[in-house]
Amino acid sequence: MRFQGTKIYVATEDLLMAVNAAITLRRPLLIKGEPGTGKTILAAEIAQSLGAPLIEWHIKSTTKAQHGLYEYDAVARLRDSQLGEARVHDIRNYIVRGKLWDAFVSERVPVLLIDEIDKADIEFPNDLLLELDRMEFHVYETKETIKARHRPIVVITSNNEKELPDAFLRRCFFHYIRFPDRDTMEAIVRVHFPDIQKKLINQALTTFFEVREVPGIKKKPSTSELLDWLKLLVAEDVPAEALKTSEAKSLIPPLHGALLKHEADVHLFERLAFLQRREGRT
Amino acid sequence: MFINLFLELKKAQVRVSVKEYLTLVEAMDRGLAQFSVDEFYYLSRATLVKDERHLDRFDRVFGRVFKGLEGGTALNELLVQIPEAWLKKLVERYLTEEEKAKIQSLGGWDKLMETLRERLAEQKGRHQGGNKWIGTAGTSPFGAHGYNPEGVRIGQDKSRHRRAVKVWDQREYKNLDDQVVIGTRNIKLALRRLRKFARQGAPDVLDLPGTIRSTAHNGGYLDLQLVPERRNTVKVLLFMDAGGSMDDWIRICEELFSAARSEFKHLEYFYFHNCVYESVWRDNRRRHVERLPTWDVIHTYGPDYKLIFVGDASMSPYEIVTPGGSVEHWNAEPGEIWMRRLLQHYEHAAWLNPVREDYWNYTPSIGLLGKLMENRMYPLTLGGLDRAMRELNT
Repeated sequence: MRFQGTKIYVATEDLLMAVNAAITLRRPLLIKGEPGTGKTILAAEIAQSLGAPLIEWHIKSTTKAQHGLYEYDAVARLRDSQLGEARVHDIRNYIVRGKLWDAFVSERVPVLLIDEIDKADIEFPNDLLLELDRMEFHVYETKETIKARHRPIVVITSNNEKELPDAFLRRCFFHYIRFPDRDTMEAIVRVHFPDIQKKLINQALTTFFEVREVPGIKKKPSTSELLDWLKLLVAEDVPAEALKTSEAKSLIPPLHGALLKHEADVHLFERLAFLQRREGRT
Repeated sequence: MFINLFLELKKAQVRVSVKEYLTLVEAMDRGLAQFSVDEFYYLSRATLVKDERHLDRFDRVFGRVFKGLEGGTALNELLVQIPEAWLKKLVERYLTEEEKAKIQSLGGWDKLMETLRERLAEQKGRHQGGNKWIGTAGTSPFGAHGYNPEGVRIGQDKSRHRRAVKVWDQREYKNLDDQVVIGTRNIKLALRRLRKFARQGAPDVLDLPGTIRSTAHNGGYLDLQLVPERRNTVKVLLFMDAGGSMDDWIRICEELFSAARSEFKHLEYFYFHNCVYESVWRDNRRRHVERLPTWDVIHTYGPDYKLIFVGDASMSPYEIVTPGGSVEHWNAEPGEIWMRRLLQHYEHAAWLNPVREDYWNYTPSIGLLGKLMENRMYPLTLGGLDRAMRELNT
């Protein structure tokens, strides 16, 4: 199995190497990078290109490692016992499978996405060490061991909100998705908008990278925001000329709402536009 | 096989372990990267580096260990001999498109190397600018920060014009190196002390002893009792001194601030200038427009919040003790009174001072505020933070 990127996902060479290493050796792949560089979508693309089922596990601040394995619903059993139900005698009726369990018993090699692992408690990755290493875990209630039929391809994303423990990192491959340069970005835009005018792309990319370069901007627009913005530009049929930033009047790019998400940033741009206009007059 | 790379990485303090090295060997064994240095570079990077801050170090080590593996060996031998001082970037020279067009290439790679050797032999001193000698910011094909279409980049940290050949020599991850953030991580460690486990929030965990007790009371019929889950519920009000004599410290403050952000569930931050008066502000850029009365702060946030001031407390004593002493506006009541009000309301408080502790005696206002804080003023160092957190936790 080899991942080559897909029709709508432009993968750089180093990313391909990291993904293929993870696929070949079946070790988890840890993906970090700026927001909006396509971390989460990568797992879906790998699954699609390999024809493998995708199992997504989105982590929240309350998620525990045990939730991924299984949960024993003791309260339901207690209630059933009060009502005298027959199913109360088999503890297996109250074991709820987690995502990791699903991935382990999958018929075909699945792709398991553990999304935003840094959102969880600081102990979370440590609690999954053995499970991800040996791809098996023990269910204490039923005294059985769940062993992976096929070692799943595990993709883990992190936004760097918490540091991950060394022991966990040692077991992973790591890739940091750099913000795409202009050529890669153009390729990305091309895949998403095959019929867009060359001129519009050029102008939009220039504006986009200029916006990213503005000093003091609070939230730099990302790839997904650029794509949204382009979608709007195409829908509104904005001509490429309207994006030219040399005219003071249109320093704020049209439909800026898709690019600038912070009101402080919009203010910043308004101020810059004002300054430029004043310079133009004197 | 690649043990040298592994050892060099260890020496450069990239955290690599034997396990990762074995993974790399296993991956090579499975034929993942076979015929190109680039592939091997990508593979070893994905295997051995686990932190984007170390990517730059990895690039440097990789370049050192495998130099001369591909391309001009002669150049790499020469690289060692070039004094670094030549290459320090002193001048940034920007060329226009026309100028670039005018510059002629010298010829192929071999020719370039040959000329470089000759030049190097001829040249005796450091050189900058110009179009022949090796140095910085010139248009000679050798050196850094200049422009020549067929240039050989020597000792430049980044490809200025994206014309150079080597991948790992570009060191694209330079700004992610952790020399900058190391402060933040230290502070983070100390701030963890503030974590306190308290039960608050929605009851969603079964309280077994409570359930047994109340079931027994209930005559044997089940009566489930739930308690809230343990969560990190430290609440903090952060007051930061902005502007004036604090400008030097603002970077340290921002590190502390960004560390604090991720550590607490409830964190409110305010800015003040030199001393707290009747109003504070949240957005430093619009400080004159959006001010928040200090009374509102006191009324909004309960006494269970912990108060942390960050400031150098260096000002004229009048700014603390007399009405109208503020350098920015007319304050009807002296800062002292506002400090007392805050401290009366919030039992747990600490002041972090970036000024070195042994210099405190030379500034009277530090002593004044220290006394107001009842000696709960600590230096902005790891040790000081430890003490401050211990104080806040009592």
